[in-house]
Amino acid sequence: MTLTTALDTAAVDLSGVVKRYGAVTAVDGVSLCIRPGEVVALLGPNGAGKTTTVDMLLGLQQPDRGTVEVYGRAPHDAVALGLVSAVMQTGGLLKDYTVEETVRLTAVLFGKPRTAVGQAIERAGLTDVAGRLVGKCSGGQQQRLRFAMALLPDPELLILDEPTTGMDVAGRHEFWSAIRDDARRGRTVIFATHYLEEADAYADRVVFVRRGRIVADGTAAEVKALASGRTVRATLPGAVEADLAAIAGVDRAEVRGDTVFLHGNDSDGIARHLLTRTAARDLEITSRNLEDAFLALTADEEPPK
Amino acid sequence: MTTTAAPARTLPRFGGFNPAMIGLELRRMARNRRTVIFTFIMPAVFFLLFGTSGDYKTERLGDGNVTGYILVSMAVYGAMLATTSGGAMVSIERAAGWSRQLRLTPLRPIAYIAVKLALAMIIGAVSVGVVFVVGAFSGAQLPASAWVFCGLLAWACALVFAAFGLFMGYLLPSENVMQILGPVLAVLSFAGGLFVPLDQFGSTFAAIAKFTPVYGVGEIARYPLTHDGNLGLAVLNVVLWTALFAAGAMWRFRRATARV
Repeated sequence: MTLTTALDTAAVDLSGVVKRYGAVTAVDGVSLCIRPGEVVALLGPNGAGKTTTVDMLLGLQQPDRGTVEVYGRAPHDAVALGLVSAVMQTGGLLKDYTVEETVRLTAVLFGKPRTAVGQAIERAGLTDVAGRLVGKCSGGQQQRLRFAMALLPDPELLILDEPTTGMDVAGRHEFWSAIRDDARRGRTVIFATHYLEEADAYADRVVFVRRGRIVADGTAAEVKALASGRTVRATLPGAVEADLAAIAGVDRAEVRGDTVFLHGNDSDGIARHLLTRTAARDLEITSRNLEDAFLALTADEEPPK
Repeated sequence: MTTTAAPARTLPRFGGFNPAMIGLELRRMARNRRTVIFTFIMPAVFFLLFGTSGDYKTERLGDGNVTGYILVSMAVYGAMLATTSGGAMVSIERAAGWSRQLRLTPLRPIAYIAVKLALAMIIGAVSVGVVFVVGAFSGAQLPASAWVFCGLLAWACALVFAAFGLFMGYLLPSENVMQILGPVLAVLSFAGGLFVPLDQFGSTFAAIAKFTPVYGVGEIARYPLTHDGNLGLAVLNVVLWTALFAAGAMWRFRRATARV
């Protein structure tokens, strides 16, 4: 049996990509390889460089340095061939087309038959509003229309840029169930989001982006591990990091001046050790959740040295 | 493991330019009441208002009557409005982010322009047709050859305004670009002798008028009726203005596609 090249080629290969707008560096040396079939969340605060990265994947922006390949091709070629399609954040629709006409126009451009139009509309859950003018559709319906358009070329890779911005809870839920049904068919999906719960619920792999750089990259489980455990903070002058890290139950130790931060699952054990075997005082135990991990990794101030 | 055969992926011919897209675009345009009124109804109404008084119907001009002369001028005006608004559609589509969406399809930017030009010329033809049909039933008299050639020339020369519309469409990123361009076209029509014959202007103004973009189109379109005027100068006028507007549209278009 021979494998098709599509299985050997990375879905996305970013290498040393830099993109500047004047004095602002939006993407600052990103290298990222995504395998076919992965569902990847690009997670980061607003202005982290997610949209610029997505634009470069779609050939809408050219990197100043580095290379971008999508299924082994230049992004623009991959788009034209229908290998990759996208649901963009806002805009991109004409109000005086109907839902059905918009999808039909896309089908015409991709050289797809009329039957593909109905299928895409159905899979995006738009059958009821197919004859409605786009300008009269809700935000959620418009977003599902963008999804229907993105499905038409039957892309290998689907890119979603902040796809649920401005949707209410119900709209968000419907949108994601449509995406999830679709991803089961083995499509590669990359979605940019600043909603932590979306990344957690729908991604196999989460790439944290901050200030144009990747600050963490791992499976959803690893992301959860980042969030688990507790932090014991104490005042302990003259502490040495290596000694603290050697304490039973400590995964990671930090010393900032007279204050020490010990991260680990057994916070009781760590606290007992600090109070009985060292001169530590002012103890404080805090739990870390996903939100904290997210903030710690993506916060916009310089990380502690 | 199983692998499904990946469908062969090919690029569309002609960069995505195809009749089905033009058909959908026409349908969308016909839905826009303002476009329909301004490009199809207004020129015919202008003709009825300004061209059908009793004197004009009896007064001979060339091989037809004055009503016929005004009819051709109004056909030019209609073609101009139609092609300009056809070209200017890019402005609305850019403002809506639709151009960006189209960049996510195989449609090449140059094919998009070709679609817009074809669309502009189709609605230009409809506009000329509407004015001519109204004229035929309202006392306009033209020799048979002039009905054909005046109509064709009014339509073909309106290409200069399709280029104008595209240029302005790229230059003015506005949702209602035709609200600016409508009055501009009216002023140009006066200046080009479309609403009032140039010999009713002073000599200085008449001389300047010959350099404005509507002058050439009007002269050429009316020539099969009047066999009068400087055809060479009129052709030069149309060619130069078309080249200028097309160059302007190209310049803006390149900037727009570079940035998206």
